[in-house]
Amino acid sequence: MSVISCRNLWKVFGESAHTDLSRALQSGEADYASLVEQGCLPAVCDVSLDIARAEMLVIMGLSGSGKSTLLRCLSRLLDASSGDVVVDGQNLGELDKKGLIDLRRNKMGMVFQNFALLPNRTVLENVSFPLQMRGQDRHTRRARALEVIELVGLAGREDYFPRELSGGQQQRVGIARSLAIEPDIWFLDEPFSALDPLIRRDMQDEFLRLQEMLGKTIVFITHDFDEALRLADRIAIMKDGAVEQIDTPDRIVLQPATEYVARFTEHVERARVVHAGTLAEPMAASVAQGDTVLETATIHSLARRLVNDTREHYVVVDEAGKAVGQLARSAALDVLLGSEGGAA
Amino acid sequence: MSASPALPAVGGQPAKASWILAPSSANTVGLGLILLAGALVLLKPWLPDALVRLPSLFVLPFADALNWLFEFVKDDLGFVHVTRAFAGAVEWLLDVTGNLLYGKNRWPRLEPIPWTVVAATAGCLGYWLGGWRLALLGTGTFIWVAVLGQWQWTMETLSVLIVAVPLAVLLGLCLGVLAWKSQRAERILNPILNIAQSLPHFAYMIPVVIFVGVGPKAGAIVTIIFAVPPMIRMTLLGLRKVAPEVVESGEMCGSTRWQLLRHVRIPTARTEILIGVNQVIMQSLAMVVLASFIGMPGLGQKLLQLLQSLKIGRSIELGITIVLLAVMLDRLSRAWAMRQPVHFDKGVPWLQRHKVLVAWVVLCVGFYLLAQVFPLAAEVGRRQALTLSKEFDAVVDVFLTFVDPVTLSIRAFLITSVLIPLRDAYLWLPFSAVVIFFAGLGWRLGGWRSALICFAFVGLISMSGWWDRAMITAYMVSFAVFLSALIGLPLGIWAASKESRARRALLACDTMQTFPSFIYLIPVIMLFGVNDVAAIAAVIVFGVVPMTRYTIEGLRGVPTSLLEAADMSGANRWQKLTRVSLPMAVPTIMVGLNQTVMFSLFMVIIAAFIGTQDLGQEMQRALSSTDVGKGLVLGLCVAFMGLLVDHLITQWGARHARTAGVSA
Ligand SMILES: Nc1ncnc2c1ncn2[C@@H]1O[C@H](COP(=O)(O)OP(=O)(O)OP(=O)(O)O)[C@@H](O)[C@H]1O
Ligand SMILES: [Mg+2]
Repeated sequence: MSVISCRNLWKVFGESAHTDLSRALQSGEADYASLVEQGCLPAVCDVSLDIARAEMLVIMGLSGSGKSTLLRCLSRLLDASSGDVVVDGQNLGELDKKGLIDLRRNKMGMVFQNFALLPNRTVLENVSFPLQMRGQDRHTRRARALEVIELVGLAGREDYFPRELSGGQQQRVGIARSLAIEPDIWFLDEPFSALDPLIRRDMQDEFLRLQEMLGKTIVFITHDFDEALRLADRIAIMKDGAVEQIDTPDRIVLQPATEYVARFTEHVERARVVHAGTLAEPMAASVAQGDTVLETATIHSLARRLVNDTREHYVVVDEAGKAVGQLARSAALDVLLGSEGGAA
Repeated sequence: MSASPALPAVGGQPAKASWILAPSSANTVGLGLILLAGALVLLKPWLPDALVRLPSLFVLPFADALNWLFEFVKDDLGFVHVTRAFAGAVEWLLDVTGNLLYGKNRWPRLEPIPWTVVAATAGCLGYWLGGWRLALLGTGTFIWVAVLGQWQWTMETLSVLIVAVPLAVLLGLCLGVLAWKSQRAERILNPILNIAQSLPHFAYMIPVVIFVGVGPKAGAIVTIIFAVPPMIRMTLLGLRKVAPEVVESGEMCGSTRWQLLRHVRIPTARTEILIGVNQVIMQSLAMVVLASFIGMPGLGQKLLQLLQSLKIGRSIELGITIVLLAVMLDRLSRAWAMRQPVHFDKGVPWLQRHKVLVAWVVLCVGFYLLAQVFPLAAEVGRRQALTLSKEFDAVVDVFLTFVDPVTLSIRAFLITSVLIPLRDAYLWLPFSAVVIFFAGLGWRLGGWRSALICFAFVGLISMSGWWDRAMITAYMVSFAVFLSALIGLPLGIWAASKESRARRALLACDTMQTFPSFIYLIPVIMLFGVNDVAAIAAVIVFGVVPMTRYTIEGLRGVPTSLLEAADMSGANRWQKLTRVSLPMAVPTIMVGLNQTVMFSLFMVIIAAFIGTQDLGQEMQRALSSTDVGKGLVLGLCVAFMGLLVDHLITQWGARHARTAGVSA
């Protein structure tokens, strides 16, 4: 069952230039070109997507393609111009103020692109802010806040003010704050952009661990493809407000839906993305016996095997050891070396 | 807003005043109007009377209407009960602070706080906010006050400030939030604030006298009303500046609207709000000193008495006290606004974290006990107080014997060959010419809309029936502004030529701008006595400050890349100044000019009590006969003059930015 689902979502800035926008959008009279012509700025255009429980969806796209705006519509920081967002069976557009506040207090967390910390509160007070809004008492607040601060590796700096922290540290305060209420749904807008590579990797690992342990539903924006590949269950690629393709990393790389997506993934080292399972084809009867290949292994990790083991097909198995298909050596080599002599 | 990196003036024609006559733009109407005004002036001897002065038929009884309105609001609507109740509450608060500070015989009937405790408190506060220098300033001020035996008056003044400032801040904050929340409220408040901020001090006093009478409570209330506008403005500015992401983060934490305001917006707008508090304090001090005209005891009243009886030495003493108080309040509140929170490292003991607090408590207790044993630590009586007035008088006497011949001749020359002819010339002008001239000027600068606004401002002044008085005010202000510019511009250019000098000069200007305007009367009365020349001299001294300051800021704001480009084109210093720096700085200098005009208007009105014949004198009369309609009409005349100049300069700035690509 999907936790977040949105249907035909539009967000148009400068709507005042357009009379009766939502009707025009619903009836399909208005499209991107006609809106731009009328001086509006469509930042999210006709987006429909479903996010399953415990799924991690990564949104990518060039600067200004509407990623942050989409996220803001999903959390209803912005009211959509048209279309529905349904979270846990509740239609956000129909939710009243109180319902929305309850939802945010109990289910949603968000990390902001520019940290958005409260400048006159210490790290501890910033992190315990959402708990304070919930009306928890000082003692519980403090205990919980200290716990998350420890988690993001800022222990010992509870009493610092945001001004006294580096960009990366501020970002971690933002992460800690969004975690304080243990949200089910977690929105992250470039949460690791200001971190150095080492800490970034640590945070990503920590992230994956949390995800495995707590099973949160996560929508994550990043500009870093490697990060997306490490984390994503699915990737959505946006251009000019529209989602060009939403798919697993393997398929985004192997079967780009549009020219734009193809260009976007041009420089990705495919062998590190594509898994054996993706390339597997139905078992033929005549597969030679021998070593099997795990479906979750990347082609890159199989490079040595592919060179040394000259069988035409390998058997692909899942984690339980059950055969799920066969992998053609030539197909795998194509991915590894690039087909037709193209650069790998 | 930034200056364009191009070199607009080098090589090309430097901007001159030629635009007034330039036939370039489409609106020949403006030019036509200006020429018509000129013709009217030339043809004056043949003009019908109706064009020289507005026939009395058209002079509308604004004052009567206002009086009726006030009467209606006060008695028929029963508003007076509301104000009485409010005044009662304020009076109760004043009694409490009065009892604590100078032993007024009211609840809670305690002994007054010993002066040593007050001085120690100011010192600790200063140290906490800004280190040793502010601590010294705080303690020093109160030691000076106590030792010179001015404690009682100073505390009378402070007791009003302590009540008025928090109330004004609270009121301003609420109105600011209201204006921020509702567009409609802002649209209503904005013009009111514009007029309120250009109404002279006295105009506020008369309605207050009507509603609450005279005395300390009236002084406190007029102070509150006068100090609210800047607080509203700063609150609005601060709330607008809060980054949208910070607000969104608050929303995502599930804040209600109230929580958002209370925990996110207002704390984040802290600096602007506290700068608003600083402005409230400074405005309050300026007003509370002037409120002596409506029976407010304290420093202002004492100074007024001393000045009127020409006791220069004592007035200088009191002037120093007021200046010290102003500088101290300004520095402390500004330090508070700029203060950034800093954390303490782990393991710093409680005592060290709160060392200033502890020191304060210890000092207070210590001085309290000391005061029980040594009365001198509680109060410096009349007899023990030092006075420097004899020394000051002696110095002033010696000084005056040297400068008197000079000032006397300046005075005689100014009065007979400049001021009187100038005044007569202003009075000679047919009103129709003035109205049409400003309409034409408005048209040239900002199109028909501006023309209409200017026409309305000048027209209303003529319809108020105070045309001659207004012209006298205009002549004094324009002459004073002219001289201020003549002094301030070169001074600013000289100061800006060296960075260290510029910084020192700016600091001096800053400090002088915090002085209550009343103070400026002391030296000029000392030099020129009580007459028109003294009034104009006071206005000039007051007006030179913003002129100098904005000249320096304008020149310092010229991008270095431009100056380097000029150097590379082989410009010498003079060329650089006239062709590059000054044209670039003109918009900023015009802002300074605007402020100079405003300040001059205020000062001219205040100077009325040393004998001028302009609107100010009438306003004083209205004050003493509590004629609210007349007082407000006079105040509005002054406000309209200020707003007229403000409008013209703003339009000029917009036009200049459009044509030259340079902006303030
Ligand atoms: N409040 C707003 N009012 C008007 N236009 C806006 C607003 N917020 C965003 N936009 C516009 O919407 C478009 C999408 O902005 P958005 O912030 O969603 O981009 P983004 O994909 O997050 O970019 P980045 O990677 O730089 O964060 C941009 O063209 C932006 O100018
Ligand atoms: Mg963004």
